[in-house]
Amino acid sequence: MSGVRVLVGTRKGAFILTSDGKRNKWDVSGPHFGGWEMYHLKGSPVNPNRLYASQSSGWFGQQIQRSDDGGKTWEAVNNKFVYDGVPGTHQWYDGTPHPWEFKRVWHLEPSLTDADVVYAGVEDAAMFRSDDGGNSWNEMPGLRAHGTGSQWAPGAGGLCLHTILIDPSNPKRMFIAISAAGAFRTDDGGETWKAINRGLRSQHIPEPEAEVGHCVHRIAMHRSRPSVLFMQKHWDVMRTDDGGDNWREVSGNLPTDFGFVIDVHAHEPETIYVVPIKSDSEHYPPDGKLRVFRSRSGGNEWEPLTKGLPQSDCYVNVLRDAMTVDALDPCGIYFGTTGGQVYGSANGGDSWAPIVRDLPAVMSVEVQTLT
Amino acid sequence: MIRVELPQHLQTLARVSREVTLEIAGPVTQGSVLDALEARYPVLEGAIRDHVTKKRRPFLRYFACAQDLSHDPPETPLPDAVASGAEPYVILGAIAGG
Repeated sequence: MSGVRVLVGTRKGAFILTSDGKRNKWDVSGPHFGGWEMYHLKGSPVNPNRLYASQSSGWFGQQIQRSDDGGKTWEAVNNKFVYDGVPGTHQWYDGTPHPWEFKRVWHLEPSLTDADVVYAGVEDAAMFRSDDGGNSWNEMPGLRAHGTGSQWAPGAGGLCLHTILIDPSNPKRMFIAISAAGAFRTDDGGETWKAINRGLRSQHIPEPEAEVGHCVHRIAMHRSRPSVLFMQKHWDVMRTDDGGDNWREVSGNLPTDFGFVIDVHAHEPETIYVVPIKSDSEHYPPDGKLRVFRSRSGGNEWEPLTKGLPQSDCYVNVLRDAMTVDALDPCGIYFGTTGGQVYGSANGGDSWAPIVRDLPAVMSVEVQTLT
Repeated sequence: MIRVELPQHLQTLARVSREVTLEIAGPVTQGSVLDALEARYPVLEGAIRDHVTKKRRPFLRYFACAQDLSHDPPETPLPDAVASGAEPYVILGAIAGG
């Protein structure tokens, strides 16, 4: 019997939500690592019982946890993230050079083909790789060695590498995104990287169409069409059909084109989801209405999805790693809020119901489809 | 025998109770105690001191015999009462955050 396992990272621990394929009744396990900031948890596509988790604390720094039984038990693995060579500097908020300093792991992306290989996106922005299940980590220095590295500047949340997408048809090709540097692509397994920000336009930076300096919040891909990417930028929802070489805006009729999450339906590559958020400083849904917007045309034309979501007095945020889709049919969509709710839809977004209502602020949501 | 008290989250991480004991060959200094602690419980590497610089993490403090030793250099000998095991060496999480 098929089922789903939803991995939820919060400001004060991790929670694991499980259900059968109907996705009506849920078991809640947790908190795991109570009191720690759980930036991200993700399972290996090769071995679903292999999970990786980023555990972080202002007091005690970074830990990486690994489970081999689907999250029942965990083992702390290596937490030594040391930049390759002399780290150099990036740009600080005031424009001065600032030394690269490791702060935390924002995102863990397990390999599509080997359960022991996992990539880590970290703050200050860099990418690390482990080939032994997290027992050791090595920086992939080609990214920071990109000629623009010294110009990268942090967004309000820090200089974080938060998105890692692996091309299922070509493991040498990966896409990453950094706030507030932009998107980058490698075609040689991470040796060299290219900034892929042509078409992005960010007002209020010295050059609105600069090669780097764009605050990309999230990128999503459908595995059947890895050259088509969708992006939620600080402002603007964007799309590329050529692997990032050129982007165009598809914000269309959204009530605001600011937001953090973006994701693609598991079986309909042109169906995408965003949660519009009011900005710059409010960071809550417009008019107190929590609405997911769906486009069935790959952007531009959007419809609000409201059934089961609060339509008054709702002032939560949905952070960049806090939306995910399962692979069941009909497709399940999940997202978590800073108010501690995790909402699920078992019908592609037509209707929603809270799975849990009162967790700590949700930082990340991932789902595993179990068969 | 050196007694070391750990804050709750580090107890959980290392899967130990509040106090652990260590044997130290040679001078008993903050540095040698922390080196021995990390050698015995590798999961604590990086959780108390930076992996590379060995600098104390900002929200942790070191106490012993009612003294704050947080700013002492690592080669400073610890009080005799700590070296003899009469008093614990205390690693404390700062009261901060939310």
